[in-house]
Amino acid sequence: MASHEAQIREPLILGDKDYHQVTEDIIQPIAGKANKWWWMAFTASFITMSWGVGCLAYTVGTGIGVWGLNKTVGWAWDITNFVWWIGIGHAGTLISAILLLFRQKWRMSINRSAEAMTIFAVICAALFPVFHMGRVWLAYWVLPLPNQFGSLWVNFNSPLLWDVFAISTYFTVSLVFWYLGLVPDFATVRDKFARMGKPLQQKIYNILSFGWSGNARAWHRFEELCLVLAGLSTPLVLSVHTIVSMDFATSVIPGWHTTIFPPYFVAGAIFSGFAMVLTLMLIARKTLNLEDYITRNHVESMNKIIILTGSIVGVAYLTELFISWYSGVEYEQYAFLNRASGPYWWAYWSMMTCNVITPQLFWIKKIRRSFVATFIISIFVNIGMWFERFVIIVTSLHRDYLPSSWTMFHPTFIDIGIFIGTIGIFFTLFLLFCRAFPVIAMAELKSILKTSGSKYKK
Amino acid sequence: MSKKIIYGMFDDEEILLKSAKDLVSKGIRIKDVFSPFPIHGIDPVIGVPRTRLAIMSFIYGATGLSLAWLMMGYMLIFDWPMDIGGKPSQHFYMNLPAFVPISFEMTVFCAAHGMALTYLIVNRLYPGQQPKNPDTRTTDDKFMVQINVGENKKSAEEIKSMLSSTGATEITEKEA
Repeated sequence: MASHEAQIREPLILGDKDYHQVTEDIIQPIAGKANKWWWMAFTASFITMSWGVGCLAYTVGTGIGVWGLNKTVGWAWDITNFVWWIGIGHAGTLISAILLLFRQKWRMSINRSAEAMTIFAVICAALFPVFHMGRVWLAYWVLPLPNQFGSLWVNFNSPLLWDVFAISTYFTVSLVFWYLGLVPDFATVRDKFARMGKPLQQKIYNILSFGWSGNARAWHRFEELCLVLAGLSTPLVLSVHTIVSMDFATSVIPGWHTTIFPPYFVAGAIFSGFAMVLTLMLIARKTLNLEDYITRNHVESMNKIIILTGSIVGVAYLTELFISWYSGVEYEQYAFLNRASGPYWWAYWSMMTCNVITPQLFWIKKIRRSFVATFIISIFVNIGMWFERFVIIVTSLHRDYLPSSWTMFHPTFIDIGIFIGTIGIFFTLFLLFCRAFPVIAMAELKSILKTSGSKYKK
Repeated sequence: MSKKIIYGMFDDEEILLKSAKDLVSKGIRIKDVFSPFPIHGIDPVIGVPRTRLAIMSFIYGATGLSLAWLMMGYMLIFDWPMDIGGKPSQHFYMNLPAFVPISFEMTVFCAAHGMALTYLIVNRLYPGQQPKNPDTRTTDDKFMVQINVGENKKSAEEIKSMLSSTGATEITEKEA
């Protein structure tokens, strides 16, 4: 009955695993005690997070003037971070939705944690535009509220408002998709605690599991729900970064005013997101003893997506350069000349090296199957993609139409503190997730164990 | 009518599927099946009708689109037309290109959340609900069929022997 898979395919689950062993392995970090590595990582993340929260509080208390923005460069560090985090989030949805539609079984070992990453990354991203508003307590003005509330109706022609709708839809839909997928696994954890004789934990996980019983009707609906949500999330995730890119592309700033932005941003988002997934997974598989579930094979598959999206990004960079020359618009030509050889040349060439050259190393099989090399390259890509947004935003603004207002952008202590703080928030949430939630979709993994587990492939 | 419930436990989903097919062909009505993951092919055997969740999702999506158009048309065209950047908002159709992103997002928002809520309601899932799986191992590595004796012509003993002969490892009986 189980669908058969070619013997030549490498197993996705290593070791002598049966259904029970899968449950035991995945629940072990929840039921067991945290090791000292977890505590060290958690303490470091928590301190960083507190630092960031302190910087945010100072920003609110004193005003946006504590940031390095000036009249010429009105958008810089914060929007760079916003786009960077949103982009990172995109990989989770790609893995859970698009790869589900393509029936890629290898996604099952990583989809849960990648979706968690999406949610935490979107939380970090949302902080930046909200705090850039200055008076955060008026953030509800972005909602379409009647004029009597103090503001006029929102402007539906503005890409910034499209962003509000896109990101709130993206966040809530991803959250629901993730949580409803977690429900059956929470039931497994609940029943495990029941067998271990721990009533308190059993109660907590029963509330989290919504009383899931795993009967045939419920599973039937569950599969339908996952398929339709995947079908909805796929265009959604593509729309989100398209709309983010329109924040720039619908303006008339040289360097932003290009029609290539939507596909270029979407590819870049998936590229940076996969790099972050790899960074996290390579750490998680070691610290949570998941080596049998997140294998060399998974890493290689992800690296192949990195090559694809990295190459699309590379082509987009070159296309931009070509079109700016070919357009004959001198402002456009200058914007790109200034990027490559102006005062921010170092940012431009860091971006080029990290995003265009390093991922091409994955064409070599040895490198894309090496954990160490993958980890190093994934860090390079994370850095490179941050610089990409910095280059797009700052270099296009800092030399505007009036040479007397040309200036440089210098991030302040607070700017940097908030960015580092969001990294702290991200890792704090991720580490808590690792301890409290099943990090691998157990139910899904069990359903492919017979076709892709090494025990059954012999 | 007997209110007895018989639970047959299996170690493997393929054995359960075979056994279920066998039982159903002999006229036994299987009330439900509990498993740690979806067993593909069980639904037609035990008579689970195809869910209409996807149709509901489409209806919610259409509602979301209508709401989005009503909202934007009312606010920006009817109630308070604004002239932003020399591009006045006079007619709905003229502004339609700018309305596309929000129309799309609202469609997805309503389709996804409406469907998720419907799913929770029809499955009776909510915080505080008590689980109905008869054995805690059915969320780990065991598979279980539930047969209500009252719904069948055969006696409890006959059903039990049919279950054990088709591969059930544990058979329990309970008064409902």
